[in-house]
Amino acid sequence: MNDIQLATAFDVQAIRAQFPILGEKVRGKPLVFLDSAASAMKPRAVIDSMVATMETQYANIHRGLHWMSERATDAYESTRDAAARLLNARDRTEIVFVRNSTEAINLVAHSYGRGILKPGQAVVISEMEHHSNIVPWQMLRDAHGIELRVAKVTDAGELDMAAFEALLTDRKVGLVAITHMSNVLGTYTPAERIARLAHEYGAKVLYDGSQAVVHRRVDVQALDADFYVFTGHKLYGPTGIGVLWARRELLEAMPPFMGGGDMISSVTFERSTWAHVPHKFEAGTPAIIEGIALGAAIRWVEEIGYDAISAHEAALTEHALARLSAVEGVTIIGRAQDRGGVISFTLEGAHAHDVATLVDRQGIAVRAGNHCAEPLMHRLGLDSTARASFGVYTTAEEIDVLAETLTRVRDFFT
Amino acid sequence: MTAGAAGFDDLRDLYQEVILDHGRKPRHARRLEVFDATAKGDNPMCGDRVQVWVRRDGEAIGEAAFEARGCAISIASADLMAEAVAGRTADEARAMFAAFREMARTGEAAAGDASMARLRPLAGVHEYPSRVKCATLPWHALLAALDGEGQASSE
Repeated sequence: MNDIQLATAFDVQAIRAQFPILGEKVRGKPLVFLDSAASAMKPRAVIDSMVATMETQYANIHRGLHWMSERATDAYESTRDAAARLLNARDRTEIVFVRNSTEAINLVAHSYGRGILKPGQAVVISEMEHHSNIVPWQMLRDAHGIELRVAKVTDAGELDMAAFEALLTDRKVGLVAITHMSNVLGTYTPAERIARLAHEYGAKVLYDGSQAVVHRRVDVQALDADFYVFTGHKLYGPTGIGVLWARRELLEAMPPFMGGGDMISSVTFERSTWAHVPHKFEAGTPAIIEGIALGAAIRWVEEIGYDAISAHEAALTEHALARLSAVEGVTIIGRAQDRGGVISFTLEGAHAHDVATLVDRQGIAVRAGNHCAEPLMHRLGLDSTARASFGVYTTAEEIDVLAETLTRVRDFFT
Repeated sequence: MTAGAAGFDDLRDLYQEVILDHGRKPRHARRLEVFDATAKGDNPMCGDRVQVWVRRDGEAIGEAAFEARGCAISIASADLMAEAVAGRTADEARAMFAAFREMARTGEAAAGDASMARLRPLAGVHEYPSRVKCATLPWHALLAALDGEGQASSE
């Protein structure tokens, strides 16, 4: 099983050494952390960045004229450059900082949805969306008379492209909001084709990149995206900081989301005028420490490089699909052609929660439940699954430990 | 293979044989065709769902039954609950739940009669805070049914 490292020229042990938490023991056993799709662990570079900000360069940003504030502002703003580079944005001002993907989608649903879309227009989502890419659109539907259309997913767990196109042909769709990688099935959606079709029928397209950006190089220009969102904490960064990227002209046209300090140009009691993009969307004191540390996370990821990260993920996924499907009673959910390091499964005779509790006793962390994707579970005829998901630090041996433990879980319940 | 050989010995406090048995082969898992009250319970965080039916017999619960989609703990708890509340009044069932919930949270088995003793294997959940709801969900549904409410949610 060690040939995975050889195959990808990826020194996973050197990576692991940078994650202090991976040295922790769980109930006396080494932590086998297979829940990175929920939130990833943090490398030393990110931890150090947060501490260094508080110890050496902390003050509120964008307002102080003093040295500390300028220093903190520069560090925070350098994350905007890093995020723009990460996504290959045309311009750094296309990067809007938010708390997480959920807030980014809510921002678009509120600002673009109510400000630009007209009642009677439609938004298309898919059956395999996270609740965060469903509920904001339902709220928009109910508040603003927007029709919500749901693109079908095939039994294999792929977007049904013919059905998707059929939703667009009446040209009522103003926006397609779709995951770039399913947090349940690991499916990568064909982002370029989706954008081409959406644009052909006059719709904009938003990708929820919460999972995809962790594993693959994202180029918003090559994807021809209009909006792209991701969250920092899945990308080895801190919680509380995320990114909305949008085309400059869209951000210019959109009304603000929240009002307050930092997002205005001038305020009188009669009226206020808005700051320039992106600050128009960044009301109030942001997550300064976390924002700066997101820059550290992005630089850390770039240093490893997406070629190596993607190769590692592909090798691990192939290994895991083979190992887990060989366990008697295990059914892998979804068999998309293009899929990555998020694997949902069921185990015959054992409920996912019982599976999670038992493997936890061996130090293994997996997610169990509906993964904030209840409609997809319903589509698949399931109440819950167990899910193993991988990060840069995941090893083939950890997957082997899971597979061996699942065999014993099955024995326990049957 | 025995559970011991499977290496999950320390889980025996949670998954006692009676729980595995009732989880695998629940005795009261069916829809009552004739009933006086019913309510659903769901735990939105994990997707567990249960529906409880009650047929009254005078002042007492003549029969309780359930249908559930959930883990071994929730199925076993529903089954043992249905067994325990048969023949009891609604007030007695409420008192049993109060004692049961205390036991699920603290691990301390409350004083009680033989029916309560049958619920004691579920005391092991107290060591697993995320699983306490699995054990209490069917009870919430039962009480919602007795109170004439259609829907219960785990706390």
